[in-house]
Amino acid sequence: MLHIVACIKQVPDTKIIKMNPKTNTMDRSSAPAILNPYDAHAVEEAVRLRARYGGIVSVLTMGPPPAVKAIRKCIEIGADEGYMITDRAFAGADTLATSYTLTKALEKIGEITPIDLIVCGKMTIDGDTGQVGPGIARRLDMPPLTSVNKVTELNKAEGYAIVHRKLEDGYEVIRSTLPCLISVEKEINEVPYSSLPNMLRAARYQPHIWSVSDLKDIDKTQLGLKGSPTIVSSVWAPKKPQGGQLLEGEPNEQIRQLLAVMLEHKELFGATAGGGVS
Amino acid sequence: MNMEDYRGVWVFIEEKDGIVAPVSLELLGAGKWLAEKRKTELAGVLIGENVQELAQTVVEYGADKVYVYDDPIYRFYRTESYMKAMLACVEKYKPEILLYGATSTGKDLASAVATDLPTGLTADTTQLDVEEDTGLLLASRPAFGGNIMATILCKKYRPQMATVRPKVMKALSRNNGATGEFIHESIPIKEEDIRTKVLEIVQTTTQRIRIDEADIIVAGGKGLGGPLGFQVIHQLANTLGAVVGASRDVVEAGWIGHHHQVGQTGATVTPKIYFAIGISGAIQHIVGMQNSGLIIAINKDPAAAIFQAAHYGIVGDALTIVPMITEAFKIALGREGEVDARKV
Ligand SMILES: Cc1cc2nc3c(=O)[nH]c(=O)nc-3n(C[C@H](O)[C@H](O)[C@H](O)COP(=O)(O)OP(=O)(O)OC[C@H]3O[C@@H](n4cnc5c(N)ncnc54)[C@H](O)[C@@H]3O)c2cc1C
Ligand SMILES: Cc1cc2nc3c(=O)[nH]c(=O)nc-3n(C[C@H](O)[C@H](O)[C@H](O)COP(=O)(O)OP(=O)(O)OC[C@H]3O[C@@H](n4cnc5c(N)ncnc54)[C@H](O)[C@@H]3O)c2cc1C
Repeated sequence: MLHIVACIKQVPDTKIIKMNPKTNTMDRSSAPAILNPYDAHAVEEAVRLRARYGGIVSVLTMGPPPAVKAIRKCIEIGADEGYMITDRAFAGADTLATSYTLTKALEKIGEITPIDLIVCGKMTIDGDTGQVGPGIARRLDMPPLTSVNKVTELNKAEGYAIVHRKLEDGYEVIRSTLPCLISVEKEINEVPYSSLPNMLRAARYQPHIWSVSDLKDIDKTQLGLKGSPTIVSSVWAPKKPQGGQLLEGEPNEQIRQLLAVMLEHKELFGATAGGGVS
Repeated sequence: MNMEDYRGVWVFIEEKDGIVAPVSLELLGAGKWLAEKRKTELAGVLIGENVQELAQTVVEYGADKVYVYDDPIYRFYRTESYMKAMLACVEKYKPEILLYGATSTGKDLASAVATDLPTGLTADTTQLDVEEDTGLLLASRPAFGGNIMATILCKKYRPQMATVRPKVMKALSRNNGATGEFIHESIPIKEEDIRTKVLEIVQTTTQRIRIDEADIIVAGGKGLGGPLGFQVIHQLANTLGAVVGASRDVVEAGWIGHHHQVGQTGATVTPKIYFAIGISGAIQHIVGMQNSGLIIAINKDPAAAIFQAAHYGIVGDALTIVPMITEAFKIALGREGEVDARKV
């Protein structure tokens, strides 16, 4: 049976997040926790692939207990099973430690049902490194395929997948052996509104919850802050740009002033100026 | 791990169709500065098929040395083949700092290499510095959607690795005829060992819109009200010979393609002139355009944050003001009555 696992993370909604102007720190209480928007596309893609090829979709998250909410959101999207690993020992993990910990959980999930495909989001909206997916793939010795914006074929019997990888000016078509890991772009699909049956199931759903002691052969020195080679040494608010001047007078007068400033750069406005048109 | 064994600053040289990616040249500029501070050498790692000639380019942009992996197996970028070359090179020559462009290729490669080494990897860096005596790399990057900046250190592992955003570092001017050392490397690697195959490469944009290379950008936002309102942006851009930019909300609304997006999750741009029209000035937009030469904002809300980032601002309705600028410009440039022939 085809088994697809989507890795998902709960994140603060950075659209709503506020900075405390006095301390230059983030006011976390101002930001509601949501399912990382890119991960919603990862789960949706897994669900769509299940509709095409059959099988089951599991989701996995590492996070504090409230991350159960993000798993429920994935059940709403249509995932079958949810796994959460949560432990104080995981706190402060960078991408290397995160991918290590997730890999240990994926190995355990794979023992229950072997995994054919892992789907990650392109990145999260809080750390936004995009490094966790490739990290997991390397640790599980699967080919990592980042920037995927289409899955054209998944052939479990013959053990391959064909996907499109987005490039700066187009895309490439890649054939990879299975199992593999893909990180998906948001344009890969649209996440529809949840169906009522999924919402009802999600409300009651209890995920599998594991702590460090549930994971096998774990090297505790590779977890959390201890297992993280990178450290955040300081955090500050990006520099506020210095405001310029608002032009004054009637619109015509403002435009005259603007033109005077711009024409100082007259060399830019030749017939061939600029870098092309849309 | 013996830290003393690791010396030198390296840049992964990204190449496509026989051209070195601009970001790699920028990183050579930044790398040179770091290497000088550390009194050490700067090297490029060049991987591809038929890339020998580019090694000279890399030297002319500041590298003392180039490690070259030239083999048909590297014809297309693939994580597994490039990663194996990079791992072998790092293990053999042990750099203390290794930089990659934060492009889809650079990020993909760097994440894989970091895991296998293993070492720390700072993502999407926009500022770099190094402690002269300790060699500690101070890599700073935006996080939380650009709401904060963070400085990331990697104290206990080498090399210290970072991906660096295009357009935030400056390339040195080319030193034609500069000489350097070319070191040809190869590793035993067979096509059968690589589990991914590139079946096809499809170019979707016939004329590449290089928003990150434009001298003038006319960018529009949600304030234009709709795709029809956005036309005034195209008209001004055509008149100025500019490239059209956009805020993310406009891209998400489908008024224009995503490669026009400027900002944190779009392109970082540094044109000589940047127009921000009907754009509120969210931090995620500002981080992508704040280094433009001359920033002109037009917004009907005098309190809009964009005016803080702009050199000159006009408060008013874009739908009336922008066509006026377009007309005034045509007159100033002696192009009145000109039809928009260049519009496609
Ligand atoms: C200010 C700041 C800056 C940071 N900078 C760096 C840095 O430069 N380098 C570094 O190594 N770490 C950094 N970190 C730490 C990093 O954010 C965390 O390690 C985080 O756990 C994983 O990285 P990410 O959120 O960037 O995930 P990404 O790599 O962006 O996530 C990609 C995908 O991986 C999956 N995924 C990610 N996290 C989880 C999870 N917990 N559970 C399940 N699936 C998941 C999801 O599918 C997600 O879409 C930083 C943290 C902070 C607070
Ligand atoms: C993780 C993350 C990443 C992001 N990345 C990016 C990014 O890369 N780039 C980006 O741009 N955004 C990005 N955003 C979104 C960003 O936060 C803002 O939502 C977005 O920039 C707002 O777009 P806007 O200014 O066009 O629209 P709005 O915020 O809706 O602003 C419209 C403006 O138009 C003005 N206006 C209205 N009518 C008129 C008129 N007739 N004439 C003149 N002015 C008028 C209004 O006063 C207002 O200031 C990101 C957000 C997140 C959370």
